[in-house]
Amino acid sequence: MLVAWTALAAIFLSFATGCPSPTPAGKGLERIRAAGVLRWGGDTQGGEPYVYDDPARPGHLIGFEVDLAAAIARELGVRSEFVQNDWSNLVPSLERGTFDIVMNGLEVTDARAGRVLFTRPYYVFAERLMVRAADIPSFGGASGASGASGDPIALLASLKGHKVGTLSNSLAFEMLRGSADTVIYEGVEEPYTDLQRGRTDAVLLDDIIATRYGVPKPDLAVLGDLRDGYYAIAARPAEPEVKAAIDEALGRIAASGELHRILDGSHIWNARQERLATWSAADQAQMLGQPPPPPVFGRAHVVLFLKGAAVTLFVSVLAMALAIPLGLLLSLVRMYGGGPARFLAGVYVEIYRGTPVLLQLYLLYYGLAPVLKLGALTAAIIGLGMNYAAYEAEVYRAGMQAVPKTQMEAALALGMTRSLALRRVVLPQAIRHAIPNVTNDFIALLKDSSLVSVITVVELTKQMTISAVDVRTWVGPGLTCAALYFAMSYPLGILARRLERKLEGERNPEDAA
Amino acid sequence: MIVVDKLTKRFDGRTVLDAVSVRFLRGKVTAIVGASGCGKSTLLRCINGLETFDEGSIRVGDLEVQPATLQRIRLQVGMVFQHYGLFSHMSALANVMEAPVHVRGLSKSDARARAVALLDKVGLSHRREAFPRELSGGEQQRVAIARALAMEPAALLLDEPTAALDPERKAEVVKVLDRLAEEGTTMVIVTHEPAVVRGIADVAIVLKNGVVVAQGAPADVLAEPSPPH
Repeated sequence: MLVAWTALAAIFLSFATGCPSPTPAGKGLERIRAAGVLRWGGDTQGGEPYVYDDPARPGHLIGFEVDLAAAIARELGVRSEFVQNDWSNLVPSLERGTFDIVMNGLEVTDARAGRVLFTRPYYVFAERLMVRAADIPSFGGASGASGASGDPIALLASLKGHKVGTLSNSLAFEMLRGSADTVIYEGVEEPYTDLQRGRTDAVLLDDIIATRYGVPKPDLAVLGDLRDGYYAIAARPAEPEVKAAIDEALGRIAASGELHRILDGSHIWNARQERLATWSAADQAQMLGQPPPPPVFGRAHVVLFLKGAAVTLFVSVLAMALAIPLGLLLSLVRMYGGGPARFLAGVYVEIYRGTPVLLQLYLLYYGLAPVLKLGALTAAIIGLGMNYAAYEAEVYRAGMQAVPKTQMEAALALGMTRSLALRRVVLPQAIRHAIPNVTNDFIALLKDSSLVSVITVVELTKQMTISAVDVRTWVGPGLTCAALYFAMSYPLGILARRLERKLEGERNPEDAA
Repeated sequence: MIVVDKLTKRFDGRTVLDAVSVRFLRGKVTAIVGASGCGKSTLLRCINGLETFDEGSIRVGDLEVQPATLQRIRLQVGMVFQHYGLFSHMSALANVMEAPVHVRGLSKSDARARAVALLDKVGLSHRREAFPRELSGGEQQRVAIARALAMEPAALLLDEPTAALDPERKAEVVKVLDRLAEEGTTMVIVTHEPAVVRGIADVAIVLKNGVVVAQGAPADVLAEPSPPH
């Protein structure tokens, strides 16, 4: 949710909040020179070897992109400054002017080439396919130690019907579309750990990532490389002079052998990189290709959105179906349980309310995986359900406290046992008091369910971010997404208000005494 | 017969009942009167265990009031509260049927027949399906009386049954109490309004600051505005 909503906010609010906005066309280089700073955007999360915190000197960034940024800035006569930004929102942040350029393993894809200006590449990577070593024969691959064998087209075809992990909005994600059952991750470590645990059958990612995060795992093996791809620096479309200046700088850095030294320093130089020193206009044209016009946001997308909405509703309804009885149990234990049970229920409520649900989902899905391998949907439902149970427990507790004490006394005086009185007299009334709040919580849950995209569930909000990259605009997808959430939550909101009014009328004025 | 012997009850060190000894006789109506805060409601609530007490003893029939016997005692003494305490999520009929079905284990149809008869007796046969919020205070109190009677208790304890009602509603309830008294129902009525019980009670007990200051025939005890010499 964080990812998507911050992105949405970036788009819709940048007009209103007076955020720094890009300078007029053609003035970008002047601005950079005047400021004396080239601000470049990237994400240090999973950033090794691109840009990451020096383990020896925390707070100090290292990586080949850090070195390259410094070299480019030097060529431009300014200094470089890194700006941390969530990776999946680098392009929107570039558009709104958070930094001058993006350099962070940004692959040249059709969708991106239609949205930003790409400089000449600074790295040639391979899309590397990894599987569990034991599965190599079943993919028909040769289990050579180098692994980089096999016909790429046949390899891609062999993925049909398999679950393949990759990063969202990556080149690999576009390649896999229609060829495999894609599982989308937001980090670079998780795809490989999930592959180890059998949650997926293969992982397709850049060779740099595969080398750092996949190859060290002994039970995983490289099946082959599917194609080459390029990392290039992205500049704003309105600032071609920034792109041109960086192209020139990069040309000098590559020709002088400095780029070779920088890549060598991170141990990522290989034969593929030799082309970089002699990159021509023809190479650039070939790299960018003829990006097809962006698909128009239309029927096909709406169908995907409806599927996303169905996932959102499914996860929310089942999570609430878990939260309601669990919350009730917690509230009963908290109010009537014995000492230790009451204490534990209190601890449960405080911990679940006091920590981010995002973290809880992450721990449940990835943290527990070595002992309990939950499916993504199951983990999403259990994670949200257990979190909301803590809130529902408090709602019921408030509901029970709203039942006048005299109701319990009247029941006891009639010879009922405490538990019978609770069941027949107090609880039915407490639940009536709680219903409006439970309904409101369900509305909140509908929206919180977007958090489950961190554990690879593609629900409505995630579908929106994917489609927004696809069609290169947030407006259609954003409004559709908002409309669908609204369509789901508004009727519930009306229901909650109606129930509230009904209960208001039901309250017995004498009970208040 | 209910026998209260040297009952002492303290709240936070304040003595609310100070060695109170009284008896409530079978078939008689006893009124406990006194200003508010004199301990009369507490005395009543000690009998069916809604309050605990510090010293002394209470016997209901041949049962001594203690945690182990509370359930049985509550089946013998019904209670009517100042603020009725009707179950607000149930109709009048369901309120009266609830305990006979779920505590006594009566069949629904038997309980229903009994509830219908009792609601008729308190003059509410036309209000069976009404929920507490739809009933006037007097009607609610009459349903509460029917609900207590449905358990066929040996005695009925009434805690300020008319205090929350306006004069007209009060009269409705008094009429019902009057009829019950005529039928020989054992009742203990706590009230701060002597006028309400003057025509009903066989015995009156006056409590002041947790001590019994007078008891006897209502005509003697309640007639004079100031305590007897």
